[in-house]
Amino acid sequence: MNEQTTAPKIKKETKNKIRVEFDRVSGWDRFKLKYLTWRFLGLSIFKLFRLVLLVGISYVIIYPFIAKFAASIMSPSDITDVTVKLISKNPTLDQYKYIILENDFTKALINTTVLSLTAALIQAFSCCLVAYGFAKFKFKGNKFLFMLVILTMVVPHGVLRFSMRQNFASYEIAGIYPLLNKLGLTAETGINLLNTNTPLYLMSLGAIAFKNGLYIFMLRQFFKGVPDELEESAYIDGSGVFRTFFTIILPLSVPMMVTVFLFAFSWQWTDNFYTELFYIGVSEKPTLMPDIVKVPPKLTPEAGWPTKATGDWTSAVKNTAGILIMAPLMIVYLFCQRFLVQGIERSGIVG
Amino acid sequence: MKKKGKVSLASVEGGAAVAAPKTKRRKSVSLDKKKAKAGWLFVLPFVLGFVLVYLPIIKDSIIYSFNSYTGNRATWVGIENYKTVLTNSGVIQTLTGSLKDLLLDIPAIVIFSLFMAVMLNQKMLGRAAFRAIFFIPVILSTGLIDEINHTEGGIISNMEESVNTGSTGSSATDIIGAADIAKLFSSMQIGTGLVEYVTGLVNEIYGIINRSGVQMLIFLAGLQSISPAIYESCSIDGATAWETFWKITFPMISPMILVNAIYTVIDSFTGSGNAMMNKIYDIATNGGDFANSGSRAFSSTLGWIYFAIVIAIIGVVTAVLSAYIFYQRRD
Repeated sequence: MNEQTTAPKIKKETKNKIRVEFDRVSGWDRFKLKYLTWRFLGLSIFKLFRLVLLVGISYVIIYPFIAKFAASIMSPSDITDVTVKLISKNPTLDQYKYIILENDFTKALINTTVLSLTAALIQAFSCCLVAYGFAKFKFKGNKFLFMLVILTMVVPHGVLRFSMRQNFASYEIAGIYPLLNKLGLTAETGINLLNTNTPLYLMSLGAIAFKNGLYIFMLRQFFKGVPDELEESAYIDGSGVFRTFFTIILPLSVPMMVTVFLFAFSWQWTDNFYTELFYIGVSEKPTLMPDIVKVPPKLTPEAGWPTKATGDWTSAVKNTAGILIMAPLMIVYLFCQRFLVQGIERSGIVG
Repeated sequence: MKKKGKVSLASVEGGAAVAAPKTKRRKSVSLDKKKAKAGWLFVLPFVLGFVLVYLPIIKDSIIYSFNSYTGNRATWVGIENYKTVLTNSGVIQTLTGSLKDLLLDIPAIVIFSLFMAVMLNQKMLGRAAFRAIFFIPVILSTGLIDEINHTEGGIISNMEESVNTGSTGSSATDIIGAADIAKLFSSMQIGTGLVEYVTGLVNEIYGIINRSGVQMLIFLAGLQSISPAIYESCSIDGATAWETFWKITFPMISPMILVNAIYTVIDSFTGSGNAMMNKIYDIATNGGDFANSGSRAFSSTLGWIYFAIVIAIIGVVTAVLSAYIFYQRRD
């Protein structure tokens, strides 16, 4: 008894390390207790199963991209060759070269970047405002308005195609233009907004663009998780509602906003519905991403690309265009995915 | 409450004590109103957008569905368009087909995304990498890229083909051939309906993974918000992982299940891959099953019928799931 309370025997002592002698269960026993149990076996099997599953699904997700890339550096002879599966026999960068040179890739890149960046920034901001209003303020019609938000998400925009186009072809600005027309001040009954980015910007400003209902929902849940005390203390310190929002709430919600921005940006980037709808049938339409998805003249059979399987070759070239469209998104995603994970870790969505 | 404190302070300050309480009290009454006003200011972008941009679009679309068009001249026909569309056999067929698909897809997507979210929420090596990979489809397999994938001879349609025909190409889904699973199930003597369902899901595994990204995100966020203290007390009481999942995780995440079910309904109904949306698009561009002249009217009509059905389905899903939802009391 007395022996245990005495100071342990010191084996070795250096400046910042000390080794002490004490009774210890033998190594084999420790090993047996730790690893040779059913619990450990079950856990290892579970971990192995989980790893295999995750790796397998990751493979299913990534494989198409590998296949796309492999097809993008193939020459026509590889496409017709049945022995070629993934690795090209005559790798060539001609597909990239001609799509970039002849399909006006740089123009499409600049135009789409301007469009997507502006639209996504506006959407992230306006959805943030709206969501904060829904989450933190009680006012008459709060619930009803939120129902309307959900409603805008449920009505597919594809259904509204004609009326959307019609409305933006002669946009009336809440009846101001027809009024001016009646007074004889203008000849038209509305402004033609087609062939410009304005319809998309307008919709982004009004938080009614593509899937904005989802963004508002996500941000609303996030703001609901932010404790009220934070704002209350700011109010007591004399900060106004808007100042509180901009200086306290917005910095907090950066990860969530980046998530929303990422969604808005990439969905606008790969969008082919609105770009078709608002720019269709116009002679001098700006070159956007959907316009580069075609076989450039230099890659057609007429230009001396001998190919029997025209269909396969066409789809291979279109895939390459797809890769060129995806490449900038990949870079954006690489930078933003950190925030994506952070965003969800902090959001605290409950009901 | 705080304002009251201020009022008493102001009156203590003396000087203009006679006049001060009156004005102060008026302010304290209006605090709620002030906040309500601020709330309206915050949601103003949406209100303006809805009234100025969205409402005219909706209005026109509804008007289209009640009119018949020759060129640009409209004649009011009442519900005639609706009668025509609802008695069209092609429309009915597509509608029932896409409803059946949806009934099979919702549980599959919701369960898969919940399962994956639980997996990705556990601590393990390379979790960040797996998460990054799992969200790639949300970002990259949309709109234009999706269209390229599904063109004749595209990568995805090739993959689907090789799975369906059972040929051994270099395809991602080869590891889980649907044919093998069908064999396994039939040897177990389970009903053919279930076998068809499961093999259908395996065939569609790529589509399901692609379409469950946002749901996974929402589930993950829900999982993060469950307090670790609950899990800790659970493990102290000796609950197994299985029990913990069903008694803690599942009830706590149940509101998110409803949200995701609704989102899945909306997403798969309004997505570009939906057969009904393709039909509406078809009618809009070249008349489809109807005369070309009626494209505008009929596509709008079909759109609104479709919308009513989607709303009805969301109602049913909400009604069914609401019974099982557990809301944590927050105070």
